[in-house]
Amino acid sequence: MAEIIVVTSGKGGVGKTTSSAAIGTGLALRGHKTVLVDFDVGLRNLDLIMGCERRVVFDLVNVINNEATLNQALIRDKRTEGLYILPASQTRDKDALSHEGVERVLNELSEMFDYIVCDSPAGIEKGAQLALYFADTAIVVTNPEVSSVRDSDRILGVLQSKSRKAENGEHVKEHLLLTRYNPARVQAGEMLSVEDVQEILAIPLLGVVPESEAVLKASNQGQPVVLDSESDAGQAYMDAIGRFLGEEREHRFLEVQRKGLFSRVFGRKG
Amino acid sequence: MGILSYFRSKKQTSATVAKERLQVLVAYERNQRNQPDYLPQMQQEILAVISRYVDIDVDDVQVNLDENCSILELNVTLPEHAKD
Repeated sequence: MAEIIVVTSGKGGVGKTTSSAAIGTGLALRGHKTVLVDFDVGLRNLDLIMGCERRVVFDLVNVINNEATLNQALIRDKRTEGLYILPASQTRDKDALSHEGVERVLNELSEMFDYIVCDSPAGIEKGAQLALYFADTAIVVTNPEVSSVRDSDRILGVLQSKSRKAENGEHVKEHLLLTRYNPARVQAGEMLSVEDVQEILAIPLLGVVPESEAVLKASNQGQPVVLDSESDAGQAYMDAIGRFLGEEREHRFLEVQRKGLFSRVFGRKG
Repeated sequence: MGILSYFRSKKQTSATVAKERLQVLVAYERNQRNQPDYLPQMQQEILAVISRYVDIDVDDVQVNLDENCSILELNVTLPEHAKD
């Protein structure tokens, strides 16, 4: 039986797909057989971030409608062993997903994998609700910014009332993943700090990913950012995955990186 | 650093403004989330009945249900003089 993880946020553009790609790849790198499922029907982008956009033949909606088998639709990642992608449909809309269909596909995937990572669409409409309904665990991606924090709180409310776990009187395990964190702006009092966001949302912190040039570079190339092991964002995601797997990892990248004398004089990038 | 942070804490930064606004808003929205869907309509109807007799405003009627939906609390702030 696989653990079903939903990567969700309410608000769009906070880094759900980037985080899904990073977390899915990270779990596979750590030796767990993982599938990434794109729930954003009509606006799929996980394939692009994962660099397999030209290999999409069948998608989630085809499998739900029995137009293709799961094995036909699953794309095997060429870089990371044990990682598969199930793309969303680009031509249909959210109504193409049915509750029963999604349940059937997830049950089938559950037999084959250790982790199912569901990349939720933005909003709290049907697509987002279906993406989180079957989840055992939620990773709530939040930016240190007012509208993102508010929407995250809203999605936490949905998780606590409209998920399968909630309906069975259980709790979806919640994790906060703070992305696009800029320690310099936090220090200047221009950005909510990790403590501020934690105090408001009151859920355990999985990780803090700094705002990083590496993220855009990674998506440009269709490579999940964790494969850039030199980058701060890649390392922050791998730390978060370590914590997710139960390891103690100190939070890094929360403070402004002090430049050494050498790099200050020669203006070398830290 | 101690002296610096002393001066800094006196000035309200935009981040502290953001935090305070969020705290108020999130608390309000969490409270609303636990209320049944019929509550706003019920509040409207109660208001309509009361306003037939006294001159009151929407904000003068507060309807609260406790978490288990077992106690309904109704607060009406009446004006000093009843309607003529």
